[in-house]
Amino acid sequence: MNTCDLVIIGGGSAGMAAAIGAYKSGIRDILILERDAEPGGILLQCIHNGFGLHTFGEELTGPSYAERFTGQINELGIRCVTGALVLHLRADKTLDYISPQTGYRQVKARAVILAMGCRERPRGAIGIPGTRPAGIWTAGTAQRYLNLDGIMPGRRVFILGSGDIGLIMARRMTLEGAQVLGVAELMPYSNGLQRNIKQCLEDFDIPLFLSHTVTDIRGQERLREIVLSRVDENRRPIPGTERSFAVDTLLLSVGLVPENYLSEEAGIVLHPRTRGPLVDEALQTTVPGIFACGNVLHVHDLVDFVSAEGTQAGESAARYLTDGFADSRSILAAPADRTIGYVLPQTVHPDRLDKPVEFKFRVADAYRNVTLQVLKDGQVYKEIRKRVLLPAEMEKLTLKKDDLLDVKQELAFRIAAGHIDAS
Amino acid sequence: MKKELTCIICPMGCRLEADCETTENGALAIRSVTGNTCPRGERYARAELSYPERTVTSTVVLQGGRYRRLPVITSAPIPKDRIFDVMEEIRAVSVCAPVKIHDIIIENVCGLGVNIIASRSL
Ligand SMILES: Cc1cc2nc3c(=O)[nH]c(=O)nc-3n(C[C@H](O)[C@H](O)[C@H](O)COP(=O)(O)OP(=O)(O)OC[C@H]3O[C@@H](n4cnc5c(N)ncnc54)[C@H](O)[C@@H]3O)c2cc1C
Ligand code: SF4
Repeated sequence: MNTCDLVIIGGGSAGMAAAIGAYKSGIRDILILERDAEPGGILLQCIHNGFGLHTFGEELTGPSYAERFTGQINELGIRCVTGALVLHLRADKTLDYISPQTGYRQVKARAVILAMGCRERPRGAIGIPGTRPAGIWTAGTAQRYLNLDGIMPGRRVFILGSGDIGLIMARRMTLEGAQVLGVAELMPYSNGLQRNIKQCLEDFDIPLFLSHTVTDIRGQERLREIVLSRVDENRRPIPGTERSFAVDTLLLSVGLVPENYLSEEAGIVLHPRTRGPLVDEALQTTVPGIFACGNVLHVHDLVDFVSAEGTQAGESAARYLTDGFADSRSILAAPADRTIGYVLPQTVHPDRLDKPVEFKFRVADAYRNVTLQVLKDGQVYKEIRKRVLLPAEMEKLTLKKDDLLDVKQELAFRIAAGHIDAS
Repeated sequence: MKKELTCIICPMGCRLEADCETTENGALAIRSVTGNTCPRGERYARAELSYPERTVTSTVVLQGGRYRRLPVITSAPIPKDRIFDVMEEIRAVSVCAPVKIHDIIIENVCGLGVNIIASRSL
């Protein structure tokens, strides 16, 4: 069996950033396994601009951003096998993969970085009633067909879900001459970036129906009509509010799920909320020597954050391979109550920190003019005023080693209504 | 009067507030902009309220490449009300591989002084 110091599964922005991070930390025996015909991942189909302001200091399209990374990978001479689908991953860090170039291969890695990205939730996962005609696509699949192959999914379009992919596709289809009749969102707020609401919907007068959902799908061979209903505060359709739209295409942008079947096979513990691996501050999963970054760890809206996380995973894997991590006590990081959806990392080793910890979290609901509280073992330690907090936008908070050394068991986060005086 | 805008320059999407007044000759004068995290936000607010522009991305037909479409982008923002004119020119074009990133695909699109360029190599 071949051996390798570091195998990275997935050659999207997370995987490529991880490879570069590990290389710059001194690791040379690196192998990226990517199932597509070229590295780049989801970026390759995201032809809109808006990527990279933080990493490269300029605004790039997805393909341009990917090309920056592939250029660096080639320059450094990092090995990337494309067309290579990883079939199995085990806790002892052996992997099986298959590719047209190499056939069936097994490799034993000393460290592994998971960077498999995420997949879209299909119609079945949300259970819309009605017939099963052609013309219903997940937004990302439609994006891939349209932007890589020039195949137009339809002419009269409705979009369910106001996540960024749905918003971007509303504009894209409009520019290509389709009529987008509306975007429906189950929640009372959009899950997409504000800039996308402005430049993808408002610029083209596409209506956004908040607190609405699709309650019926009609048509035999091809989609003919959808029925839209308003929902109540419990997200149940309100009878009598139905209205129909004659469309030939329905795009679903109803959420992304980290792609973790390989992680599960290796016995890695997943977090019920992120649906990605549980990790510590080094992005190490519950299996020593296996790290995770990017959308496989938790769904990101901004590629720059994915790349930063990838770099960190690469540096951590390098540290694992060279010095290793000393045994050390760990504390938990978690939501204090249901105002916070999740906190990442979920565990921290305060004594072995050599740099500050960047906590990432998402709120569970939309909040305005609130206070973010950080609690150490149940006691409020820090309060930060926040003007707007939205579940769609990942928040970050950096704490230094000194902030964490005296935590005995748990660091917790919550949103408090008003400002609570620390005295 | 106050006008609220969302900055679209970067994904931060800062919520801006422009304090403006209508001058005697009917034009909009912007006294101040708040809510921006960086100077680009103020520039955006001023431009958006007087002369809105957008960057346009799309694809053109590609022959002999890995895919059947090549992604393209305007080399600079164009007036918002010319987006569909620009799209029409983009749709009429077909190119052959190989193409390098930033190659000019359409020069001076719609006479706007802006080029349509490739946004990747293929
Ligand atoms: C439609 C869309 C629009 C976006 N728009 C923006 C934007 O405007 N601005 C912005 O900053 N960010 C945006 N993002 C977010 C950002 O681009 C992504 O979150 C980021 O690129 C994800 O990178 P990744 O490497 O984690 O995942 P991916 O790019 O999905 O990469 C994962 C890779 O792993 C490979 N893989 C998976 N399983 C296996 C396996 N078993 N074996 C081998 N290979 C495997 C896949 O083929 C893929 O190439 C957008 C995301 C999407 C989906
Ligand atoms: S003001 Fe600056 S940081 Fe804020 S959205 Fe605009 S460009 Fe981005």
